[in-house]
Amino acid sequence: MTDASLHPSRALATATADRARALARHRIPDAVFAALTRAAALAVLVMLGGVIVSLARGAWPAFSAFGLDFLTTSTWNPVKERFGALAPIYGTVVTSLIAMLIAVPVGLGIAVFLTELCPRPLRRPIGIAVELLAGIPSIIYGVWGLFVLAPFLQETVQPALIATLGRAPLIGPLFEGPPYGIGLLTASLILAVMVLPFITSVSRDVFETVPPMLKESAYGLGCTTWEVVRRVVLPYTRAGVIGGVMLGLGRALGETMAVTFVIGNAHKIQASLLAPATTISASIANEFTEAVGDLYTASLIALGLILFVITFVVLAAARLMLMQLERRQGA
Amino acid sequence: MHFKAMIVAAGIAAASAGPALAADISGAGATFPYPIYAKWADAYKKETGAGLNYQSIGSGGGIKQIQARTVTFGATDAPLKGADLDKDGLIQFPMVMGGIVLVANLEGIAPGQLVLDGPTVAKIYLGEIKSWDDAAIVKLNPGLKLPSQAIVPVRRSDGSGTTFVFTDYLGKVSKDWDDKVGSATAVEWPVGIGAKGNEGVANNVMQTKGAIGYVEYAYAKQNKLTHARLVNKAGKVVEPSTPSFQAAAASADWKSKPGFGIDLNNQAGDTVWPITSPTFILLPKQPKDPAAAAEALKFFDWAYRKGDTMAADLDYIPMPEAVVKMVEESWTQVVDPAGKPVWTAAAK
Repeated sequence: MTDASLHPSRALATATADRARALARHRIPDAVFAALTRAAALAVLVMLGGVIVSLARGAWPAFSAFGLDFLTTSTWNPVKERFGALAPIYGTVVTSLIAMLIAVPVGLGIAVFLTELCPRPLRRPIGIAVELLAGIPSIIYGVWGLFVLAPFLQETVQPALIATLGRAPLIGPLFEGPPYGIGLLTASLILAVMVLPFITSVSRDVFETVPPMLKESAYGLGCTTWEVVRRVVLPYTRAGVIGGVMLGLGRALGETMAVTFVIGNAHKIQASLLAPATTISASIANEFTEAVGDLYTASLIALGLILFVITFVVLAAARLMLMQLERRQGA
Repeated sequence: MHFKAMIVAAGIAAASAGPALAADISGAGATFPYPIYAKWADAYKKETGAGLNYQSIGSGGGIKQIQARTVTFGATDAPLKGADLDKDGLIQFPMVMGGIVLVANLEGIAPGQLVLDGPTVAKIYLGEIKSWDDAAIVKLNPGLKLPSQAIVPVRRSDGSGTTFVFTDYLGKVSKDWDDKVGSATAVEWPVGIGAKGNEGVANNVMQTKGAIGYVEYAYAKQNKLTHARLVNKAGKVVEPSTPSFQAAAASADWKSKPGFGIDLNNQAGDTVWPITSPTFILLPKQPKDPAAAAEALKFFDWAYRKGDTMAADLDYIPMPEAVVKMVEESWTQVVDPAGKPVWTAAAK
């Protein structure tokens, strides 16, 4: 200490040297660490690129043979080797949309109840129950759908739907036909149950981030619970909720095993929601192992590429929507 | 450097030791015969110590794997055509047979009570007959009380040898079917629900009221499904059973197609079950590993001679003696690089 004060310049020099040495010592691990993380990030890009390239290459024979017809026809004829992807695309989109139509309101309802209205002792059991739903393997949902849900729908719900809504004007054709128990609607219901926990737990988590002060101010002004949720909680957590919904949608679009059990696996587009249909992932899972002929295999790979594109578009749309919302909020 | 060289040397040694160590015969293909191949393999291993590794990945996969020569033998339900066999340098022979039966889910109707004929089944799967009390079905079943219930046709969603045999049968009995749909391991189905595998079809039929489906005989029997009797080519109503399947094999002309690639659908004869089919083995004529091919042939020979009871236990139909003789004669086409057959009858 005294030395340092007596020879300030020398002390400074030692300190600088120490510093330099210390920095040098850290530089290598730092560089290694940075390189490793960069490599990890790049690996994702390389893998993604690899998937796209191999899908595109595998799908090429189908696209070159059928051109745009592949996207606009629903013929799926392995005998004559004519393939069109419209039926599985339709099935994928429609089952996911119906599933979201059911799961979003119910999921948000559960989340609101858990964060705003639920008596404290019930919160944990219900929350855990919802999370357990997410832990059930999809094959279990499929088996349950086939053995429990489908017979139930065939014997009770579907005859009732056909007898009532099936006769109604406009929406009638949606509920026509014999009650198979298996089909588009059953698959959508199973998907709704499967995506429910994603939407619920993400929404619940983001609802909990709303500052109590905001909510209490609103209650203080005389707002009802509905008004607080509608005007304070939802606007505050919009981004998180949309994230949860998109996570659910992503799962619904790609879900394979559970859907293939209950959708009926028919390459057909029919107006009725009770009719059997198919989805992209269900078709691939069903047919890939036994696809005879290069064009058949290529068509299935092309289906995979289309699913990839659909998922990408959905994610991009979600991003855009969020950006727009933020801009409007800023303005 | 020295160390590296040692590793390389060790690697080469290990690689060359590989085939000698791996005495297991490897095969891949059809799912339908998997249970009996597994049972035979187990008994064979106990008797000889040689194991068999069979992956039931489906006929299509089996064909691809044997074309790529990644397995010793391939297995397929739908036979390859002569031209394809020649192109890939393969021989083909039938190993065991199975029957396909129609099963239904109808309240108050016991197994074997329902009677159907080929044209009616074709019309059901074409979507032309929609209800169980349709005149065509009632006419075949004068004594039965058939409900006014929608028919739910269930079929395979995956490509399958079973589908090939079933659609081939429908094409033989219905010109309409042949024109509109055709026959293959996967077809464009006009109506119905698709389910994966025999067990998928069986489960869907059990779960869905008014359903009809086609499954291998073994699945119908083991799951105690309500099977239908069929009217055969001779116009007789027959019950699916081992004798009626064997009757189909007995009357067939096995040498009419290369690689014994015939089907046994709609054969003539009073007691013949009309939907019967063999399942086939594919072997390269010039195997990469002649010793493994010889091992595989030894196993097949053993299965022909000693496997019949085991096959019958699992509701498969063993090949008739005369066919086995023809098959074993064809095995002389499998040769080693020197052109010598890898298996001879004397090598038993």
